Amino acid sequence: MNPGAELKYPFDAETSGLWPITPPPRDSLHGPILYVEDVSVSFDGFRALNRLSLYIDDGELRCIIGPNGAGKTTMMDVITGKTRPDTGTVFFGPTIDLLKLDEPAIAEAGICRKFQKPSVFEKLSVFENLELAMRTDKRVWPTLFARLTGAQRDRIDEVLATIGLAEQSGFRAGALSHGQKQWLEIGMLLMQDPKVLLVDEPVAGMTHQELERTAELLLALEGKHSVVVVEHDMEFVRSIARKVTVLHEGSVLTEGSMDEVQNDPRVIQVYLGD
Amino acid sequence: MKFPLLQNDGIGQAVLAVLAILTVLVPLFNLALPDGSPLHFSTYTVSLLGKYLTYALLALAMDLVWGYCGILSLGHGAFFALGGYAMGMHLMRQIGERGVYGNPLLPDFMVFLNWKELPWYWQGFDQFWFAALMMVLAPGLLAFVFGGLAFRSRVTGVYLSIITQALTYAFMLAFFRNEMGFGGNNGLTDFKDILGFNLQADGTRAALFAASGLSLILAYLASRYIVNSKLGRVVTAIRDQEARVRFLGYRVEMFKLWVFVFSAVLAGLAGALYVPQVGIINPSEFSPLNSLEIVVWVAVGGRGTLYGAVIGAILVNYAKTVFTAALPEIWLFVLGAIFVLVTLLLPDGLTGLWRRWEEQAA
Repeated sequence: MNPGAELKYPFDAETSGLWPITPPPRDSLHGPILYVEDVSVSFDGFRALNRLSLYIDDGELRCIIGPNGAGKTTMMDVITGKTRPDTGTVFFGPTIDLLKLDEPAIAEAGICRKFQKPSVFEKLSVFENLELAMRTDKRVWPTLFARLTGAQRDRIDEVLATIGLAEQSGFRAGALSHGQKQWLEIGMLLMQDPKVLLVDEPVAGMTHQELERTAELLLALEGKHSVVVVEHDMEFVRSIARKVTVLHEGSVLTEGSMDEVQNDPRVIQVYLGD
Repeated sequence: MKFPLLQNDGIGQAVLAVLAILTVLVPLFNLALPDGSPLHFSTYTVSLLGKYLTYALLALAMDLVWGYCGILSLGHGAFFALGGYAMGMHLMRQIGERGVYGNPLLPDFMVFLNWKELPWYWQGFDQFWFAALMMVLAPGLLAFVFGGLAFRSRVTGVYLSIITQALTYAFMLAFFRNEMGFGGNNGLTDFKDILGFNLQADGTRAALFAASGLSLILAYLASRYIVNSKLGRVVTAIRDQEARVRFLGYRVEMFKLWVFVFSAVLAGLAGALYVPQVGIINPSEFSPLNSLEIVVWVAVGGRGTLYGAVIGAILVNYAKTVFTAALPEIWLFVLGAIFVLVTLLLPDGLTGLWRRWEEQAA
């Protein structure tokens, strides 16, 4: 089979039975799992984040929007340990202080990140990409002598089915289409059994069809994981968002449902310009 | 023959088969056949081939860090030379009273410098086991300290290459100094015997060749195991997308350090096998140019394949032997031209050409 071949996905996958997961009932009654409080970051005098405060509930699907330079990616950098804030606190659950951990430790704790640009390992197969991401002992010696157990294989197969790449399991990830790479990367996050998924612009450059499938995929994760989606595509945000946070100049402009947010005069001003 | 380790490594199987045959036949033909026989290998040829094998081992070490992990070390000659010096120190202590000055304890150059006592760091080298330990420990420890600092500070790419080059240059300058106690400019030479066997004897030369062949085969198998393992996949992932690997929860610096140290140990072993076969070790082995040449060998053979490193090292060094005998003044131009041509035309090296040809045939 041609690795680049366009696969036909059903629009209404639930009824067609081809879509292997059904969205669980919404459950966001557990209270916040991620606390970002009063965080400021400056680069050479430019305030990328300005006393940003944000709370993400356990199991919720949150969309974050905002014009370019609003601080969306910097916020993800702070949460995942790539950037250290000048001031403020970031807690994961009530006790884990993320500012004391580095990137691997934060990933280990259960916060995983999908990059804006698809970042899969192109030289490795789809299966191997998932294998590397899998939650397991990631120290050097255990990795050298690691052997896949039956349960681990099943888990990889399960995620392959979830992201719809079961047939591409043996392909080199570099041979996948743009959309398939994005799904593979989401699959790599799932392999880590994360509590929080940070997803940066998942549908940039996707076809309409791929976009719908990605929406289904993210909606299916709601409840089991907290999902934070940063996105520019308003149509996409509308299709998945329960609660939307608008960032502007490094702090939260407003929060609410998509309708509330879209009718907020401040948001209209920020987006449509002065 | 079933060899799960080499299942998808057809060229590697062929290379190892050739190496195994050479390891047995070259010493055999050298020792058993009379001088006039057409299949006879002279002892000179045996040592020359043995030298190529130690270079191939060094190239293998380079391919692990560069081809698989993306660390372009331009200082791997330093690890090779340290292994060589450890072996050289043992061989010096073996000389004993047979030196020019007949001092039972001090090597000739120390007597010449009017030293009265053996420096502390020369203690223990009269024991082969201790020297053997140092052959891998000294380069391993240097790689551990240097790599630990560099990788932890996230020094990568061209900056790392430059500091590795500076590292080997610093070692060269230090070892040139007589006060360092490693024979200065002249290095260590005039070796007499190893483990009680005369180094000039045909049998010893043949045994050293066989040891080099065997070491190369074992190192190849160990390296193949590593690159086939999950660690190997993590390491290639680091080469291609370092940040992503970190966000997957791997401590990238620890993986780089592990591979770097393992590679340095292999390089040290190569140096230790090299010294008794060429009969000398001096500070020029630390010269930055030597380290650059290793990169050319691997590039010519094809990086990230293991067998490419072995083939490249042997081919380039054979060419070097031919050119430096016939037209010594143009060798460096030839080497430069090979590197430029390979980089421009054959990014996957000579073995890459072979693989492409094979894929088209299939």
